[in-house]
Amino acid sequence: MIGGLFIYNHKGEVLISRVYRDDIGRHAVDAFRVNVIHARQQVRSPVTNIARTSFFHVKRSNIWLAAVTKQNVNAAMVFEFLYKMCDVMAAYFGKISEENIKNNFVLIYELLDEILDFGYPQNSETGALKTFITQQGIKGQTKEEQSQITSQVTGQIGWRREGIKYRRNELFLDVLESVNLLMSPQGQVLSAHVSGRVVMKSYLSGMPECKFGMNDKIVIDKAGKGGVTDDVAKSTTGKQSIAIDDCTFNQCVRLSKFDSERSISFIPPDGEYELMRYRTTKDIILPFRVIPLVREVGRTKLEVKVVIKSNFKPSLLAQKIEVRIPTPLNTSGVQVICMKGKAKYKASENAIVWKIKRMAGMKESQISAEIELLPTNDKKKWARPPISMNFEVPFAPSGLKVRYLKVFESKLNYSDHDVIKWVRYIGRSGIYETRC
Amino acid sequence: MEWANQLCENRQFGSKMTDSKYFTTTKKGEIFELKAELNSDKKEKKKEAVKKVIASMTVGKDVSALFPDVVNCMQTDNLELKKLVYLYLMNYAKSQPDMAIMAVNTFVKDCEDPNPLIRALAVRTMGCIRVDKITEYLCEPLRKCLKDEDPYVRKTAAVCVAKLHDINAQLVEDQGFLDTLKDLISDSNPMVVANAVAALSEIAESHPNSNLLDLNPQSINKLLTALNECTEWGQIFILDCLANYAPRDDRESQSICERVTPRLSHANSAVVLSAVKVLMKFMEMLPKDLDYYGTLLKKLAPPLVTLLSAEPELQYVALRNINLIVQKRPEILKHEMKVFFVKYNDPIYVKLEKLDIMIRLASQANIAQVLAELKEYATEVDVDFVRKAVRAIGRCAIKVEQSAERCVSTLLDLIQTKVNYVVQEAIVVIKDIFRKYPNKYESVIATLCENLDSLDEPEARAAMIWIVGEYAERIDNADELLESFLEGFHDESTQVQLQLLTAIVKLFLKKPTETQELVQQVLSLATQDSDNPDLRDRGYIYWRLLSTDPVAAKEVVLAEKPLISEETDLIEPTLLEELICHIGTLASVYHKPPSAFVEGSRGVMHKRLPARTGSGESTESPDVGTIAGGSGTETAPSIIPSQGDLLGDLLNLDLAPPTTTGPPPPTSGMQMGGMDLLGGGLDSLMGDESEPLGGDIGGSAAMGAGFGAVPAVMPASLNAPMGGGLGDLFDLGGGVGMPLGAYIPPKTVWLPAMKAKGLEISGTFARRAGVIQMELTLTNKAMSVMTDFAIQFNRNSFGLAPAGPLQVLSPLSPNQTIEVSLPLSTVGPVMKMEPLNNLQVAVKNNIDVFYFSCQYPISMLFVEDGKMERQVFLATWKDIPNENESQFQIKDCHLNSDAASNKLQASNIFTIAKRTVEGQDMLYMSIKLSNGIWVLAELRVQTGNPNYTDLEISVKCRAPEVSQCVFQCCEAVLKN
Repeated sequence: MIGGLFIYNHKGEVLISRVYRDDIGRHAVDAFRVNVIHARQQVRSPVTNIARTSFFHVKRSNIWLAAVTKQNVNAAMVFEFLYKMCDVMAAYFGKISEENIKNNFVLIYELLDEILDFGYPQNSETGALKTFITQQGIKGQTKEEQSQITSQVTGQIGWRREGIKYRRNELFLDVLESVNLLMSPQGQVLSAHVSGRVVMKSYLSGMPECKFGMNDKIVIDKAGKGGVTDDVAKSTTGKQSIAIDDCTFNQCVRLSKFDSERSISFIPPDGEYELMRYRTTKDIILPFRVIPLVREVGRTKLEVKVVIKSNFKPSLLAQKIEVRIPTPLNTSGVQVICMKGKAKYKASENAIVWKIKRMAGMKESQISAEIELLPTNDKKKWARPPISMNFEVPFAPSGLKVRYLKVFESKLNYSDHDVIKWVRYIGRSGIYETRC
Repeated sequence: MEWANQLCENRQFGSKMTDSKYFTTTKKGEIFELKAELNSDKKEKKKEAVKKVIASMTVGKDVSALFPDVVNCMQTDNLELKKLVYLYLMNYAKSQPDMAIMAVNTFVKDCEDPNPLIRALAVRTMGCIRVDKITEYLCEPLRKCLKDEDPYVRKTAAVCVAKLHDINAQLVEDQGFLDTLKDLISDSNPMVVANAVAALSEIAESHPNSNLLDLNPQSINKLLTALNECTEWGQIFILDCLANYAPRDDRESQSICERVTPRLSHANSAVVLSAVKVLMKFMEMLPKDLDYYGTLLKKLAPPLVTLLSAEPELQYVALRNINLIVQKRPEILKHEMKVFFVKYNDPIYVKLEKLDIMIRLASQANIAQVLAELKEYATEVDVDFVRKAVRAIGRCAIKVEQSAERCVSTLLDLIQTKVNYVVQEAIVVIKDIFRKYPNKYESVIATLCENLDSLDEPEARAAMIWIVGEYAERIDNADELLESFLEGFHDESTQVQLQLLTAIVKLFLKKPTETQELVQQVLSLATQDSDNPDLRDRGYIYWRLLSTDPVAAKEVVLAEKPLISEETDLIEPTLLEELICHIGTLASVYHKPPSAFVEGSRGVMHKRLPARTGSGESTESPDVGTIAGGSGTETAPSIIPSQGDLLGDLLNLDLAPPTTTGPPPPTSGMQMGGMDLLGGGLDSLMGDESEPLGGDIGGSAAMGAGFGAVPAVMPASLNAPMGGGLGDLFDLGGGVGMPLGAYIPPKTVWLPAMKAKGLEISGTFARRAGVIQMELTLTNKAMSVMTDFAIQFNRNSFGLAPAGPLQVLSPLSPNQTIEVSLPLSTVGPVMKMEPLNNLQVAVKNNIDVFYFSCQYPISMLFVEDGKMERQVFLATWKDIPNENESQFQIKDCHLNSDAASNKLQASNIFTIAKRTVEGQDMLYMSIKLSNGIWVLAELRVQTGNPNYTDLEISVKCRAPEVSQCVFQCCEAVLKN
């Protein structure tokens, strides 16, 4: 199990050091600093073995978080825990920065004492932690409150406390997708997938039971075959369904029920949380197509022409469009002409950055650039990094549709109809690259 | 309290007055000031002071001097302050054990607090204070907390048992905590169950054979129920524990799999990987024709692919595991090639792993896509990545025959880029392609030769030289090319030198007329001017071969080479099985068994996949479950049957060359006796010899000198054409200067390949020129290259220890055999073994550590100056009590006394006198062991009666234990 946890600043100075196991000594703190933080070269692995001690590290901005062990621990668990720890800290004091960590070091020690015991991760749900790690002492609590805390921390529904009340029961549901693409210069899709998340904000009273439905192909095909009432069958099969390659759920979702019936039912945490993640690869709507043309004119000049085409309903608007065209390291000057938006050569980033605020569907735009090169005797060829793109579109590129989100709360007197529900779809670019 | 509130407010409003001020460096006299503040009457001031202390502690300053002052602050109702003091205590209690006792009362009191959070805090902290006296006081509160009404306290107490076990295992057992912990597995609260499982699993690891976890269908059912209800972390503990269970039959296996599969949709990657581990393991037991088996295979792919959209660090862990899964069950991911395509912004460690998996998944169906990708990668920036990509292209050519042509042309394109490391890498892989498809692509040789000058890495140079030698007949200027390498022969690495030697010999055999001079030159460079024994040996062999029988030489040197296999870099099957059992853990990330990186006995246990059972056998093995219950697995290092404790000792030793250090053995009375016997020996006999080992050491020095001189003499004898045939040649290896005829037992297999992941070791012992040598034959029967050999002995009766490191200079490639001889010294640590001449050996390589034991003939220990003065012999014989005399018979030995005497003398058994009485020759002999013990013997040989061929021998020694061994030795010597 985890033997110790250290947090360093970018210089390698220790901000937090908590040792859980006797086999980890103070020298481990220094070993990591010397061998990893101060090492000159690029990090070659997130797991480092130094003198039979294993170090797992993650970086958040310029802060290093390292978990140390001498045993054969569950490596995936250690990383998941480090991420979770970052989430918990962020939930308490915002951005993970040197200043914030120093300002809250007592709190961090208190948290570390609670969420890791003898190196075994314990309940680390912020909702639960915030009920009793407040840095205000726990004097004011009544006996009932205390036992409520402990039963929540250890209980089956560790993510929600009893007795939540809202005047207005409201639900916000965001379908956030990032569409990833790797395309060859000739326009062939080498790989494409959508990784999506369903993020919810729920402000619901009591202990509501929720059921979430979407146009999952398996569910809809089943419903179609199952001979449910004709109306249902028609209305559902009429809509397009999507094939979901795989999905993972928040711990509040009953996995065994999903496995057997493919229905998504859960008691939601209060506030904001991520209900599920999913991945699709079939029938993806690629919102943009990038057509590159690079021509080398002699040894000191490059001509680049890039066309982008939007590929969605003309009534919809894409936003925050940015095309990044890499330039060789020996670029001495660039002239750009673009039809729409603004384009600039950024020498520090070795790229031409072309920005367009808005663009409707079924349109196209073009940029052309002349790149002057300094003559070099460097034998190494320019690697020609791919052209990458960023954008945001108001639909789900996977084609996912929310069919329903039902709320049941039998003890309190509100019904599914009384809950105000909001649904929003946002598609963003993930790694959206076209080779040139 | 007010202060705390204020602190919180400050945080909320983002004020500057925050904790960070404690980190500012304080001036001198800091400790003194802190002391004053800690003893202040004002609560706020106290708390601030403690915070400063903790801040100093964090940055590594020693603030242990403040111990009493900090502990004084412990009695408080302010929980924040209390937690800080506890933090301090955990850090420094060990350095101030007596003072730590001061804290006990508070702990005990807190364990009774009405607030469950405080009870839990007390028991949690107390377990972290590793002071013996405190642990005694911990027992009662812990017992109560394990039965506390509040689940939060129980789950904390469960972990505390593991903590206490780490400090004092015996105490935990004596106090019966293990049983209480077992009861908690049936607790109503899932988190308590999860923590109890975690604690028990950890404790069970240090008791591999105990039946602690007692996994049976009932308890498994409980675990599976808790699995649905506990936190993500708890699910991991439970799944990792489940993976150790051995289901009784395929039906049980299937039902567990069915209940575990829903976990594949968990958002936590560790839950997913642990579930994959359980499924991969239990799948072994399912019949392949079962429908469910196919369903399960299909279900495994999507979650594995999903892991690749996690954060990069987790992707890395996932990829390392996928690498194993793909080797074990390629069918799972065979259609998922595209997800392993490298993204431009992937961290380098993700890129390299993806590339590795791409090669493994490459097949005829997807080769075009893969090749296009690889070509793309070969133009990237990172040198390691580019090299690997180029190498991958070569691997594809070897793996998918249809693609070979395209691969070769891709490689030629890459060579045209003239990027140095790309060219070198390409040449290395083209060499392999030539070997796989002989006489197909030799047209490219001309292009390769153009790049000869740019090669500066040994591997590329060696590959190029190999190509030139192999195809010498097609390369017009092959002799010039090779000659150009010869100029800097001594600056080349061994790899290149060896290759050059072979290549020139090949050239000579192909074009003998023009290259005679060249071959002379290289042979003399290799034999006369080189210090490298491998090179010299190979040089001599060629020399002798060429000078005796050129036809035979041709047959040997130009023999058809075995084809190279399609798959390379595969993990050896037994290791792979073990690693599959460790999916998700560090072992799976390192691709090494836990024993390779975990210290001590914990986790060294080897795990195995379960065997497939037929569905009909379900009733047959009720006890499999119980056997496996304790460990889930058998312990592999049972090769050395007895002396379990010694084994532990051996395992703990670091495998570095000779160890005379190390803690003294925990000696029991019996062992002490043994040491006395062997160490002290016969004081009276040793007389004035103050340094009993002097002779031995001298011998070894002389031997070293002898060896040094040998090479100078050798070439002369070799120059004589038709010298003495190959037989002589092989004797040259090590046998120079040794007294001829010393008995060397034939080699026997000490470590079969099955038990050592493909490494087979056979060997024997010899004594040459006063030096004991362990002669080993290492054979690599695995599929991967073995490197980094090292050897280590356990303590043994005569203190045998390696006198130098195990000299395996070049990596041992598959199916290769090498002979190594390891000089031994007798100055190692001593411990009596049973039998006396037993030797426990650990051999390490890059794959694992292996253990075996062997018995050496005691004659190895007979020293050269073992001839006793007649007078002394007589006196000693009388002096040794008669009960120390043992009689033995050697049957069927047709030797007369002189022949026997000569034979024995060769093994340092010296005849001092001979008497003939009544048709019987009596030989009186003396032997001296390396540790100074004298053994006297009387051998009776019948001379008169030819039918009576038995010899009788009486052995007398102050240490009668050795008599049996000595006799065995004499018998062996006389009969051979």
